[in-house]
Amino acid sequence: MRGAAIVEGRQPNRKDSVISVSDTTRQAASPADVASLARPRRTPEVPEIPEAPVVQPVLTVTGAQALVLALEHIGADTVFGIPGGAILPAYDPMLDSTKVRHILVRHEQGAGHAAEGYAAATGKVGVCMATSGPGATNLVTPLADAHMDSISMVAITGQVPSGAIGSDAFQEADIRGITMPITKHSYLVTDPGKIAQAIAEAFHIASTGRPGPVLVDISKDALAASTTFTWPPQMDLPGYRPVTHPHGKQIREAARLMAAAARPVFYVGGGVVRGRASEELRELVELTQIPVVTTLMARGTVPDSNPLNLGMPGMHGTVAAVTGLQKSDLIIALGARFDDRVTGQLASFAPGAKVIHADIDPAEISKNRTADVPIVGDVREVIRDLTAHIRAQPRSDDGVRPGAWDFAAWRERVAGWKSEFPLGYTDSEDGTLSPQYVIERIGALSGPDATYVAGVGQHQMWAAQFVQYERPNAWLNSGGLGTMGYAVPAAMGAQVAEPGRTVWAIDGDGCFQMTNQELATCVVNRIPIKVAIINNRSLGMVRQWQTLFYDQRYSNTDLQPTTARVPDFVKLAEAYGCVGLRAETREEVDAMITQALGITDVPVVIDFVVHRDAMVWPMVPAGVSNDRIQAARNEAPVWDREED
Amino acid sequence: MSRHTLSVLVEDKPGVLTRVAALFSRRGFNIESLAVGPTELPELSRMTVVVEVEGSALEQVTKQLNKLIEVLKVVELEPSASVQREILLVKVRADVIARSQIIDTIQLFKAKVVDVSTDAVTIECTGSSAKLRALLEVLEPFGIKELVQSGMVAMGRGSRSITDRSLRHVG
Repeated sequence: MRGAAIVEGRQPNRKDSVISVSDTTRQAASPADVASLARPRRTPEVPEIPEAPVVQPVLTVTGAQALVLALEHIGADTVFGIPGGAILPAYDPMLDSTKVRHILVRHEQGAGHAAEGYAAATGKVGVCMATSGPGATNLVTPLADAHMDSISMVAITGQVPSGAIGSDAFQEADIRGITMPITKHSYLVTDPGKIAQAIAEAFHIASTGRPGPVLVDISKDALAASTTFTWPPQMDLPGYRPVTHPHGKQIREAARLMAAAARPVFYVGGGVVRGRASEELRELVELTQIPVVTTLMARGTVPDSNPLNLGMPGMHGTVAAVTGLQKSDLIIALGARFDDRVTGQLASFAPGAKVIHADIDPAEISKNRTADVPIVGDVREVIRDLTAHIRAQPRSDDGVRPGAWDFAAWRERVAGWKSEFPLGYTDSEDGTLSPQYVIERIGALSGPDATYVAGVGQHQMWAAQFVQYERPNAWLNSGGLGTMGYAVPAAMGAQVAEPGRTVWAIDGDGCFQMTNQELATCVVNRIPIKVAIINNRSLGMVRQWQTLFYDQRYSNTDLQPTTARVPDFVKLAEAYGCVGLRAETREEVDAMITQALGITDVPVVIDFVVHRDAMVWPMVPAGVSNDRIQAARNEAPVWDREED
Repeated sequence: MSRHTLSVLVEDKPGVLTRVAALFSRRGFNIESLAVGPTELPELSRMTVVVEVEGSALEQVTKQLNKLIEVLKVVELEPSASVQREILLVKVRADVIARSQIIDTIQLFKAKVVDVSTDAVTIECTGSSAKLRALLEVLEPFGIKELVQSGMVAMGRGSRSITDRSLRHVG
């Protein structure tokens, strides 16, 4: 009641700002009335209120109206979701909101991934909504995905009435308990007066510090009960204080190590995308002329066209990036987390390197690899401070900073690896279509302004390798969790967030069949994504491992054992109301892509029938040292021993 | 592996114990004992967690704990710089003859009898783990019928308080 007392104390004098509720009908105010009154109106009687924190008029609303008002006030313009019993009250005021667009998806997992795609493309908070029980549990995968890839997302779920919680009521699931380890934070709200506060806190937590998903579970009775609404609500987060400003001493120490290094490498992770630090990073790279590797999550932070960018490190990274890290004497990790797919066998990863590790999450620093210089802070601030510090150091007359900073010999070496072992592929012997070629052409014809969203598997690796990325947020994929089925709904979310962009879902035929029902959502809501199905009629990445490590015993990876097309993706696309196209030869590829690029009102699905034995190279087999990278099958680079 | 005592200051909100306990289990750390209770500030609770971990893993535990939104502060309490106590209730077989022997013995531990019946006594004792172990060793020959023990609670020595400067608000 403390909150209510404060609210009443702020009751403004303006009579017209207090909503009048008819006593005779006891009917709740219509949401439209509430929404319009909650915001300052541009009317002659009411002068426009400046942007400074405004004490809003007190409104009597339902919990559901408070929820929608809170979403409106916080600037959530899109919610992906599906209604159901427990969340039903929230959907009534949603119908009248002119500020929040609710997009009705076909499966809650689609809502979750769409919210992720929306967030990943823009950096804004993605919002999804589901009912209790199965609706909520269907959000588990997207929540885990967002947690692994640090995506700012708020998931709102309905819960059974508070009196029924714990009674195994119909559609009851302890979603807060279930999602505790896969959310940044979570709420169970049973008091209608706390809904706005929970939403405000959820958005704050999701979008600050290391971004992540926050769940707000609201009981049905809280949504239905009446309460008061004021904005902004008081946030109460005494235990949440993310460190954003890096320590000056650590910056100086980092610069000192960089100056003294002979073979430094910037190891750039997804934190640079989430931290919007791409511009600053490019400046630092330009200034220092230190080679860069961009992880799967960081593709595009430094343009692929920059000669200093060695490409992607890790299991399927370029020879230059993997070797560059292995042979470096200083790794400057920026928003990266030394994931096992990057380091390979940890003990033999970059054995001669000292490590500067900057991350906003202190728990990532020295988690896997001990850092010599730990820097906790917002990566953009870290890079800015580092750049300013390096710039401020005196230079000699010829413009060269004293105290080394000379990496010319090292740059030459890595450039050698880059030119000697470029990414490439060989076409199949039977002349069937190469998946890599398809993806290369999609990238070439669509350009760097397009957004590329992948599923998980071989096509994901090829999309990371063979599309040239020039900007951050152009490449969306499920990196940490590796969620098959991410592409179609995430592309949908990205397209909603940026309607003007070309958005490609580059998907496998296995992945596509996990979430393709969202094509219906795309058609109905005119979300014209383009889907390239890299159709090898099998679970390609698993098949590749069976080829390499299981003696070609293809256990349960063949999705189409007969010659029949099951399903026929073109017909499937057409059944949904999409344009369905197919390409089976090299000659057809450009024509189909061009045709798809010309269609901007409905989704397009292209079935690229590719050969099934194509493999992702280079590759470091699981659990061994990155020194054992193979550029292609049985082709390990031979290093000049004297060089080491 | 070594034993560490962590004092964790948390907001007194539903679910916070689950969060802390789940974090330990999720990250593969073994909790040896855990005790929760109120503090001098009504909105805060305090947990004392005893864990068996290696040094580097301990750093990971505390960092992960600090990431929990409802955790305000995590402090490791060194045994030498803190008071660490557990409480023990033990029911010992005791006929008329044994009873007086037991009462004599437990006085050495400043323990007391809190319940008595014809063939048993229940003893309460507070102290460090080592002291309680020693008491149990001495009582063992009489026959222990039932035993219950609390988790450890601990507090740093000196005048400073863990709740100092831990209540800054955001927003």
